[in-house]
Amino acid sequence: MDEKFIKQISLFAENKPGRLANIASSFKEASVNIRAFTIAEAGDFGIIRMVVDKPEKAHRVLHDAGFTVSETDVLGIQMEDVPGQLATIAEVLGKKGVNIDYAYAFVTKTEKAFLIIRVNDLKTAVETLYEEGIPLLDMSDVQSI
Amino acid sequence: MIEYWNPQIERMPLDELEQIQEERLRHLVDYVYTHSPFYKKRFDEAGVKPEDIKTLDDLQKLPFTYKQDLRDNYPKGMFCVPDTQLVRYHVSSGTTGKPTVVGYTKNDIHEWAKSLGRALTSIGVGRGDVLQVSYGYGLFTGGLGLHYGAEEVGSTVLPISVGNTDKQLELMQDLGTTTLACTPSYFLYMAEEAKDKGIDFQEDTGLKTGIFGAEPWTEEMRKRMEDATGIKAYDVFGTSELSGPLFTECTCQDGIHIWGDQFIVEIIDPETGDALPEGQRGELVITTLTKEALPLIRYRIGDYTILNKQPCECGRTHPRIMRVTGRVDDMLIIRGINVFPGQVESVLMKIPEVGEHFMIHVDRINEMDTMKIQIEMNDEAFSDKVNDIISLEKKVASALKSVLNLSVGVELVEHGTIPRSIGKSKKVIDNRKL
Repeated sequence: MDEKFIKQISLFAENKPGRLANIASSFKEASVNIRAFTIAEAGDFGIIRMVVDKPEKAHRVLHDAGFTVSETDVLGIQMEDVPGQLATIAEVLGKKGVNIDYAYAFVTKTEKAFLIIRVNDLKTAVETLYEEGIPLLDMSDVQSI
Repeated sequence: MIEYWNPQIERMPLDELEQIQEERLRHLVDYVYTHSPFYKKRFDEAGVKPEDIKTLDDLQKLPFTYKQDLRDNYPKGMFCVPDTQLVRYHVSSGTTGKPTVVGYTKNDIHEWAKSLGRALTSIGVGRGDVLQVSYGYGLFTGGLGLHYGAEEVGSTVLPISVGNTDKQLELMQDLGTTTLACTPSYFLYMAEEAKDKGIDFQEDTGLKTGIFGAEPWTEEMRKRMEDATGIKAYDVFGTSELSGPLFTECTCQDGIHIWGDQFIVEIIDPETGDALPEGQRGELVITTLTKEALPLIRYRIGDYTILNKQPCECGRTHPRIMRVTGRVDDMLIIRGINVFPGQVESVLMKIPEVGEHFMIHVDRINEMDTMKIQIEMNDEAFSDKVNDIISLEKKVASALKSVLNLSVGVELVEHGTIPRSIGKSKKVIDNRKL
C-alpha cells in the first residue's frame, strides 16, 4: 500500500520577504523540480507544502539550509479534467469517514487533473479509492509528469 | 577516583567550621582596616571598629560593599597589598559600566585553585580526566580559573578557550575530552553543530561531565542537556569580583557548596539589607576570608538564591547555595509584575516541542508594556498542519501566563533565527524608553 503514498515536503517559513526566493534557489542548485506547490499562511508564518521529483534530496537541501522541514505521506489522485470529479472523490471519502486535512490541485499538459490530499486515515482512503476505481499516482508518476 | 580533595576540611562539623570563620573574620577586619584606606573610611563612617567584631553575629554590624565601590575606586583603590606582591590582574568586561579590576597575590591564586580543586573532585573530575576549558581565557576569569583548578587536581587541561567550534569538536574526539567547561549557551551551540555534523556525544566522544556557568540557567535546561547528550551537567558559581569561578555543585546536584573556611555566605533582603533566615530566597552576600590583594567585606553579589546549611548526602558539611534564579538587575518589571528570564526558560524547557533557544522582547506600545517571546520549534515537533502550530503557540502562551501571571505574545520563528551565543547569551531585548 505504501507505494501508493506520495512523499510531500513541508516546511515552516516565517512570513517575510526573501524566504521563498531562498527555498527556490536552493532547489535550482540541487536540480530539484517542483511538481506541485502551495503555501498555507497564518499571520506571522506559513507552511509551504510541495511535491517534488526528488523528495529525499529536497529534504536534505532544505534541512542543510536551516529550515524546519518534514516529509508527509499524502495521496495523489488522478482526475478527469471535467466538472464533478472533485465532488465524487470528496463524497466517497466522506462516506467512509475519511477526513481531508488539506488539499490542492493542478492540471497537467495531458489534460488530466491531479489532486493532492492529506487525510486522517491513509489506509481507508486508498482502499476506498481503489474500490471506486479512482486512480492514484505514485512517486514514479510524479517524476514523469 | 578520590572522594574528597581535603576530607578533613570538607567534612568538618559545622560548629568547628564556624570557629575557623570567626577567627578569620576577626583577622580580616583588622587586616582591611589597617591596609585599605577605603575600608577604614567605610568602617569609620558606619561607626564600627575592628574590636567590635568578635563573633559571626557581629558580621552584620559591618557595612556592605558594592560593585560601584570597585568602580569608584578604579583601578586599585581598594587593594590591600603593594603592587610588587601582585602576580596577576583580571578585569571585567565592563559591559554595564566601568570595568572592575581584581588583583591577586600568589596565595590568592593558590586559594582560588584550591577552591576549584575541591569542587572538581566533588563532581568526580581528577587525574585521568581531560578538561576542555572552553571559557574565554585572558582578562575574563573563566578560562584561567578553571585551568588552574583542573591542574590542581591533576587533570589534563585542554586550554582551547571559546570559539572555533569545529576545532572544539575535533579535539574533543581526538584527545578524549571527558569534561567540558563553558557557558550553557555555548554548549547548546556546540551540541547543535555536532548534530549537524553527525557527531553523537554519547557514541563518538568520551564526554561525561559538563561544568556550565557564567550565566543563569535552569533545572529544566539541565534535564534537556543531560537527556540530549548523556552527560552530567553541573552548575558552577563565581563572580569576577570574588576572583572568578570558585564553586560547583557536587554529584548530588542539590546546591553549590561554598567553602566555609574561605568564604562566609549571607542571604539578605535586597530592599532592606536585613539578613534572611536559612531557606528563604534573597540576595547573596559574600565575605572573603583568605584573600590578600582584594578582600571583600559583605559584598553584594546581586544574585537571588537560597542558603542551605543542611547536611549534604555527599558528606560535605559546607553550606550550599541553591540554584541562582536570576540577578537582582536582570529582573524585568512588566506592567508592575516582576519577571526573571529564568522563569521564562523554565516554562519553555518543560514543553518538548520548544527548542533550546528563545528571546524575550519587551516594548512599550501605547503606554503599555508588552512582552513577546520568540521561540524555535524542535524539528521533530514540526507538523505541516497550520492548526497544530497555532495550538503550539497558544499552549506556550498559556503556560507562560499561568507562571508569570502576565499575557505574553508567542512568536514561532524559523530555526536559527535566534542568535546563538558562544559567550554569555543575551535573552532579553528591552526596547522600552524609560
